[in-house]
Amino acid sequence: MNKNAKRNLRAIIVDDEELARSIVRELLRPHSEIQVVAECVNGFEAVKAVAEYKPDLLFLDVQMPKLTGFDVLELIGREAAVIFVTAYDEFAMKAFEVHAVDYLLKPVGRERLEAALERAKARLGEKRPEPTELSAAARPPGEYAERIVVKDGTKVTLIPVEKLDYAEAQDDYVALASEGKKHLKQQTIASVEASLDPKLFVRIHRSYVVNLERVARIEPYGKDSKLAILSTGARLPVSRTGYARLKELLDERG
Amino acid sequence: MEPLAKQSQDFKIYRYAWLPLAAAVTYLLKTSGNLSWLDAAALGVPLCVIGQFELVAAKYTCKFAPLQRTTVWRLAATHVVAAQVIGLIWVVLAKVLANILAQQTGLHGLDQRLAAQTGIVYIAANFFYYLAAAYYYVLLAQAASHQAEARAMETSILARDAELKALKAQINPHFLFNSLNSISALTSIDAARAREMCLLLADFLRMTLRLGEKAQIPLSQEIELLEKFLAIEKVRFGARLTMEMAIEEQARRCLVPTLLLQPLVENAVTHGIAKLTEGGTVRLAATNHGSQLAITVENSMDPDAPADRKGGMGLRNVRERLEARYGKEASVRATAEEDTFRVNLSLPAEYEEKA
Repeated sequence: MNKNAKRNLRAIIVDDEELARSIVRELLRPHSEIQVVAECVNGFEAVKAVAEYKPDLLFLDVQMPKLTGFDVLELIGREAAVIFVTAYDEFAMKAFEVHAVDYLLKPVGRERLEAALERAKARLGEKRPEPTELSAAARPPGEYAERIVVKDGTKVTLIPVEKLDYAEAQDDYVALASEGKKHLKQQTIASVEASLDPKLFVRIHRSYVVNLERVARIEPYGKDSKLAILSTGARLPVSRTGYARLKELLDERG
Repeated sequence: MEPLAKQSQDFKIYRYAWLPLAAAVTYLLKTSGNLSWLDAAALGVPLCVIGQFELVAAKYTCKFAPLQRTTVWRLAATHVVAAQVIGLIWVVLAKVLANILAQQTGLHGLDQRLAAQTGIVYIAANFFYYLAAAYYYVLLAQAASHQAEARAMETSILARDAELKALKAQINPHFLFNSLNSISALTSIDAARAREMCLLLADFLRMTLRLGEKAQIPLSQEIELLEKFLAIEKVRFGARLTMEMAIEEQARRCLVPTLLLQPLVENAVTHGIAKLTEGGTVRLAATNHGSQLAITVENSMDPDAPADRKGGMGLRNVRERLEARYGKEASVRATAEEDTFRVNLSLPAEYEEKA
């Protein structure tokens, strides 16, 4: 704890509004131990800057063009402690569920920001859970992802779920097949499955979740299993329970 | 509605209607010929009890020929024909009854005694039919006025609901919080601009409150309010927000429901411009097309951004308000094409009456 308090902290401020960034910058100025290493105007820049500067602290707006603050948090993993700064109080619950350090409401006051800094300093060094798993957990029931955000190095890709062909488990990662490309993301197949609408996506195998729209036909394969042939030409193994689930959904659709 | 209850309401009259009818028929039969009081009553009472149900036909002829929408000739033709048919039915009914009753002691020869009096039955039935028709026209008029009342009530409730929702939506708290955050930031960077923005915000709020009390304002005042709103947002978004206005002089004088465009322009900023890294343009245009006022609110948007449900709320509000106030004479059309979101409004061009 005391060791952390003395330590220099690197911070990045992310907000699409110049004035909103400047007030945070100004309030941080008296803290000589905090060094603002970058300011970003959108989520893409933020993901890039986090990879580049490895900050300890991220002041993050929620409503931004392209990537929301929550998307950014999901992509940067546990690389930085996040303090959300927003005019919207309705995301507060979700923010704590994804283990944000604090949630500041605009207009931002000095006292409230000081308290957030204290919390951040106390939290640094603690091990935090994997954010991707958490953001799936924070999703209200009956509401599913409209897109999946993937980071490859500093490049961020948004995959709208309707363009996702299938997801394949690969060790600690999932490979997301979309428009002829595969994108790797550090996430479990179970949490990918949980984030997708079960009317549109089905787990056909321990390692595969498939977009129902893409299934062209099913062929027998070996004694107990089958193969799903997708309209993209991909051939995916279907387990016995996976086949039962698939058949039920296809029957429902008629 | 409740067809059964309504039906029984219509038939209630038959519990008592036969009484005066029977009295009249009995009296006419007795006084106009050689029937005894017994003859007249024995025939008149059952004739009217059964015959009154024929008069229900008047309900359908009345519906077929509503007073307001039928020419006099057609009205007369319909009812004269119907009255004659009813008259004939009553005559036949009277003859059948007389034949049956003639077999009773004391009533022998009733059928022959009636033969000369069928004209009376015919005329009475005609008269009763006209009475019944008049009665049903009164019922229909009552029902129509009830319906009109209910519709007027419904419309006024809808309109008030829409107004209330619009009033609640007119000042988005996030707009206030973000503006205050900008002012707070400006105080140390540029105090003069901070003060300027305070004044802008105060102006905007004062104008919103003042206009909120009126149901309708000239478009020019709504535009003035929108210019204030956009000026405040411009402080927040800087170069990312540009605006273009093309308002025809005549359109400026048209009356519009208060704060009709405000939620649309706010949506254009928060769901359009704010979601664009490079920003974009909010365009506002208004022209007169004959008796209609056409208004367009347009903004740049990110075609990849997921559809926003809140934006739909503001739009639905506007649609409900216009519908409640103008009915079919107003229309709202929202289109999204590539990188532009556009709302087209069309409403009757009304002008302030010169006192």
